This record gives sequence, structure tokens and C-alpha cells, in this order.
Amino acid sequence: MLDVILFGAFPYVAVVLFVGVSIQRYRREPFTYSSLSTQFLESRNLFWGSVPFHVGVLVLFFGHLLGFMFPRQVMLWNAMPARLFILEVSALICGILTIVGLVGLILRRARSARLRVNTSVNDILVYIALLCSIITGLWVALSLRWGSAWYTHTIVPYLQSLIVMQPDIQRVAELPLAARLHIISAFALFSLFSFTRLVHIIVAPVPYLWRPTQLVIWNRDRKTTSGA
Amino acid sequence: MDVRSQISMVFHLDKCIGCHTCSVACKNVWTDRRGAEYMWWNNVETKPGTGYPTKWEDQEKYKGGFEKKNGGVDLRAVGRIRGAATVFHNPSLPIIDDYYEPFTYTYEDLINAPEGADQPVAKPISMITGEPMKIEAGPNWDDDLGGSPIYAANDPNLDALSSEERTALFEVQRLVFFYLPRICNHCANPACVASCPSGALYKRGEDGIVLLNQERCRGWRFCVTACPYKKTYFNWGTGKSEKCILCYPRLESGQAPACFHSCVGRIRYLGNLLYDADQIVDAINRPDHELVEAQRDMILDPFDPAVIAAARANGLAPDVIEAAQRSPVYKFVKLWSLALPLHAEHRTLPMLFYVPPLLPMMASVGDGIYDTSIDQFLGTIDSYRLPLKYMASLFGAGNEAPVRHALRKQLATRMYRRQVTTDDLEEANVRLALSETDTTAEQAEAIYRLTSLAPFDERFVIPPMHREEAIEMLGDTADAKGLTGLGFREGPQRGA
Ligand code: HEM
Ligand code: SF4
Ligand code: SF4
Repeated sequence: MLDVILFGAFPYVAVVLFVGVSIQRYRREPFTYSSLSTQFLESRNLFWGSVPFHVGVLVLFFGHLLGFMFPRQVMLWNAMPARLFILEVSALICGILTIVGLVGLILRRARSARLRVNTSVNDILVYIALLCSIITGLWVALSLRWGSAWYTHTIVPYLQSLIVMQPDIQRVAELPLAARLHIISAFALFSLFSFTRLVHIIVAPVPYLWRPTQLVIWNRDRKTTSGA
Repeated sequence: MDVRSQISMVFHLDKCIGCHTCSVACKNVWTDRRGAEYMWWNNVETKPGTGYPTKWEDQEKYKGGFEKKNGGVDLRAVGRIRGAATVFHNPSLPIIDDYYEPFTYTYEDLINAPEGADQPVAKPISMITGEPMKIEAGPNWDDDLGGSPIYAANDPNLDALSSEERTALFEVQRLVFFYLPRICNHCANPACVASCPSGALYKRGEDGIVLLNQERCRGWRFCVTACPYKKTYFNWGTGKSEKCILCYPRLESGQAPACFHSCVGRIRYLGNLLYDADQIVDAINRPDHELVEAQRDMILDPFDPAVIAAARANGLAPDVIEAAQRSPVYKFVKLWSLALPLHAEHRTLPMLFYVPPLLPMMASVGDGIYDTSIDQFLGTIDSYRLPLKYMASLFGAGNEAPVRHALRKQLATRMYRRQVTTDDLEEANVRLALSETDTTAEQAEAIYRLTSLAPFDERFVIPPMHREEAIEMLGDTADAKGLTGLGFREGPQRGA
């Protein structure tokens, strides 16, 4: 029964919260969308936390995403043991960067009086959820070797079954504890996402790379009223 | 020709008495909030001095503005590529200690203290942490410390001087300083706008006011680095950046901005300029010493029929053009070449112009006493106390010519007026001074009037803002009936 709730229902709750609340919040409270930077109050230690954390977490995030979208290509890549090894070691390095960065961020916040007064309950929840995800992720990486090989016939079919609305709980219920916890913390992170500063990820300023340099906004369309 | 109208400003520095009334007016209206306590959208600093935030002019440290590179002009830091590389930690971001830690006092202690032998005192506490603190900096910590080895000596503009000139500047008898009030320049090529990765910053087409949309800002803080004047500020409470809004709600109702309205020295002038936006690219690509000139060339003559026709074709209303014709800024900047942009070398085309101060430069010292003879009054600008090079570093992008011209023209006007009132100068000298600076007697009168006598309505010529167009843009005005005025985000509707 617990498995049904955790792996059958919880994922849908997480996704609905993630999508629904993010959109609703963007529409109704755009002011609250921010990275909530704290560099202004403390800059030196932030570097040693934020940079490794973000680099690590972004590579891991896109790694997971690509792995889910292109399982066959990953299998092909892994056909040679050396390449499997490279992939796994890079992932592990990113995992370590992430945890080191995150612990750095947490210590930094705990140590600085200026940051402590500027920390909300949400900030703490985010730290906890991220810690859970990363610790269980590292646990999987170290205890259940070659995750990038076995995930294709366990996690991928499970996620696909979620998408077609016929959750195949069996696929994951039998996985070792570490893997199950990692899955649950990932969905927990998704549920928290839209209530916290994590929304800064979906407004990451990618369009900046191609938008025009200057932005001038007119009240009226100058062409239609010209000469009027 | 792409004619645009820009609300533009002139500060006449000889008249600033450094009273900070402007800063306080602004603070009370806009920034008296948590997270914004340290922000002074309007600040007044002493020059030579390090200013606010400390050494803001040191672009080695803060990397603000544009620079020429690869045959074009690009942001010094936080452009597209560099910005992406430093988004997780920005090495050139000023932090709170570069400004000052905001403080207040435990005033309740004065009232609540139990009866005792000693007077109760109010202790300083931090407005961030609420903890007791030692106050070591403030927004005008270098006030009047013109000769101070900590503040004045570290003014980045002194780099332009030789070491003898520097030493001379700090001899006690020669100490000299003046005030520099600063607000956002509402630049024609704003670095803050160019740097904002979220597109939250924008320039209003109709009046050129540069605003920061709080609902689109995501707190990446590139603008804080990009503005070479450090006039965008990060609110550490809300996680959003903020900046001077030129009191647009006041302007839209025909009132001067709070800092202008309250200015005790009446140093401030406001009016619109017509300029040719097609010339921006050319202007910002010129070498440093041509920048002041190039920016002045962009400004158009609002009486020229060709300009008027082009302005009308561009949708500018007749009353806006008419306001440009009465603009005091047009006179100071273009007609008289008296007002100059601050640090034009950062290529943002700042639209706030300064009349460089004459007074601190006058009167040299001989044998330990001031030489106040009339001859000295007429002395050449180049032997003044504050070296021209220093002024050129501030107001000429390093080029002394436009600064010398502005100072000599002011001097010519003074000589002319002295001639009129006391008649103790050689008339030939006065005429020479006027002709050398292309000043007619009528012009000298006009400069004198606008500098010394002009009442409110001549100092502030606020063009009609035509907000009805903004409302029409949002849709049929009839549709908006019943929607506003009750504080609803969405139309009040009967609930289910
Ligand atoms: C392109 C993507 C991203 C960008 C541009 C970005 C940018 C930023 C920035 C500018 C900050 C503020 C740092 C400061 O205090 O100055 C921040 C903080 C943070 N980001 Fe990201 N981020 C991205 C992706 C992510 C991802 C994928 C995660 C986690 C899943 C994440 C989690 C966090 C957390 C937890 C903080 C708070 C750090 C702290 O204050 O201790 N970010 N991010
Ligand atoms: S002074 Fe700074 S904040 Fe103001 S418009 Fe120019 S670049 Fe932007
Ligand atoms: S109010 Fe006017 S005179 Fe006083 S400091 Fe400000 S600009 Fe100068």
C-alpha cells in the first residue's frame, strides 16, 4: 500500500504541484520569482559553495534528463567498458562537487549573522530536500554500481509507465532501498520546487544570449501612429 | 533621423551647498524600506573623494560600463558570455561593505530605561541583523574631507595628475573640494539595460526614463555591475534590484522629481531634449576624446523645421516639441556648451549633465594668504587650484577642451556681470573674454538669469507625458471601466 502511495500517487502530486503552482505563481505573483541571491551580504564563501554546487547539479540534472530521453544511445555508449567507466566517474565527480558545494552553502549560511536573519523556512526545506537527493544519489552511485547501465530497464520503463498513466510500481518497488529513497527524494524536490526559490531554475536567463542589446518600450506602435 | 524625446537634467555644481536635502527627500519617498535602507538613489559626495559606494569610479574593481573591444563596443563585464560564466558568483559585484552597513539606534532605551544616576543612551544597531554594531562607514562618510588621506587621496580621478600636482592638492593651504550630487543618468545607451539577462530593465520610448520592472527582475544582479555609476542597487530583502525612477509618477502629474523640487541650492534643471537615436551607434564608437562632442552632436535643434517634421513623423506630440524648445537643459548643454556628461568614457551616453564648478578652482595662494585681487579673478583657468586634468577626468572623458570651454564661458559671464554691476574691470578684457568663448552680451544675460534668478517654472520645464496613450495601448478605454481604483489585481467578479 505504501508503495502505491509513494510510487503510484506521489509522483502525480509532485508533477501537478510543480507545473500548476509554478504557472499560477508566475501569473499571479511574478514579483516572487527570484534567485534570492545573498552574494550582496556575503561574497567570499559563496564562491566556494555556489560554483561547485551549480556546476555539479546542472550536469547531473541534464545527465538524468538525457538518460531518460535517450536510453538506447546511453546503452550503445556504455557498450565499451571504458566508456561506461568514464561516464560513471564523471557523474560521481559531479555528485561530489554538488555535495561539497551544498555543504559549503549551508555552513556559510549558518555562520553568518547577516545571512541567518535573511533565511526563511523555505530556504531550509530546500537545503534538506537537496541534501536528501544528493546523499541518496551518492549512495546509489557507490553501492549499486553502474547505474547508467541498469537504470534503462528499471527506472526508464517506470517513468514511461507514469507518463502513460499506468504506473508500473513493481519495477521500482523491488529496487534496493537506496534507489527507492533517491526516487522519493527527487519527487519531494519536485513538490517543493514551485513554493521555493528553486523557481529561479525555470526562469534562467537563456534568452539573453540572443535578445537585442537595448530594450526600448513604447506606449504605442510608432509605425501605426506615425504622422498622426 | 530617428527623433526621440528624453527627459534630461542639468546640475549646476557651483551652486550645490552639499546639504543632502535632495538625498533625504528621495529616501523618504522611495527607499525607506527593509532591504533598501542602504540605497541612496540620490547621493551627494565630496570631490576629491571616494564617493558612494566607495571608489565607485574604479572600474578595475567594479568593471562597469562599456569599452571598445574587437572593433565594437561591449560591456566591460557581464556581457553575454562573461555574464554566463559568472552568473553563480559575480566577482565584480559591490557588496554591502562597499556601501555601508545600515544602522539605527535603540531609541526606546531613552524612554524605557529605569530611573538611575546616569543618562540613558541609544546604542547603534545594525538594520540587517538588529545586533549592536560599531559604525564605521556611511553614505556620505567623506563629506567635506577634501584633503583627507583616506578619502580624497584615494579618488580614482587623481590618477590623471602627476605626483607633484597631487601633493600640491593636499597642502593644507590649498585644500579644495566641491560637491557632486548624483542620481541615475537615464542614459541613452544604458549599460544596465544592456546587461539585464531577464530583460527587466528598459528605457521608456516616450521620455527616455530607465526603469526596472520588479516583476521581471530575477535577481541576477548584472545591472549592478554593469552600471558604471553604481546607480542600480540590489535589495537584499526582496532579492530584486532597484534604481532611481526619476519620480515618474510625479513627472506624469506635472511635478518635478522630489530631489529636484527640494533642492536648496536650486542647482537642478530639468527639461526634455530631442535627440537622434540613429546617431547612438556612431557616438559610442568614437575615441574617448571625441565622446563629449559626439554626444552633443546627437542633440537636435528643436526649432529646426526639419527636426520638427521628423519628430512629428515619429509620433512626438506638438506639446512635447514645444517643451523641448523651452527646455533649460537644451540651453545649458547644446546652445551654451556649459553642461557636460559625467564620465562619458563609459559610453552609456548619460543624459544628466553637469556645469563644472568654477569656484573651488579660483583663488591661488601666495605666501600663505589667498590672492583675491581682481587680476587673479581674471587669471587663466589653467593655473587654478584644482587642476583642469582632474575636471577633465570627471567631465571630459579625459579631454580638457570641453571643460576649459565651459569654465571660461562661465568666467566670461561673471566678468560681464561684474562689469554691469560694479564696473571695475577693463572693458576690453571683458569683451575679449566674451568673444573668446563665443558669448554675446544677450547670451551672458541669459546664462546669468538661468543660473541665478530663474524661478521654478524656468528651471523645470516638464513636457506633457501623455499617459492617456499608455492606457489606450492596453485596450479600449471603455473596457477598463470598473476595473481600476479598488485595488483588485483582476476584475472584481461575483465568486462561485
Ligand atoms: C541555469 C540554471 C541556474 C542558474 C542560472 C542559477 C543561478 C543561481 C543564482 C544566481 C543563485 C544566487 C546565488 C547567490 O546567492 O548569489 C542561485 C542560488 C541557488 N540555486 Fe541556482 N541556478 C541554476 C540552477 C540551479 C539548480 C538546477 C539548482 C538545484 C536543483 C539550484 C539551486 C540553487 C540553490 C539551492 C541556491 C541557494 C544557494 C544559497 O543561497 O545557499 N540552482 N542560483
Ligand atoms: S546611470 Fe546606470 S542605472 Fe542609470 S541608466 Fe545609466 S547605466 Fe542605467
Ligand atoms: S539639495 Fe541641492 S544643494 Fe543640497 S546637496 Fe542636494 S543638490 Fe546640493
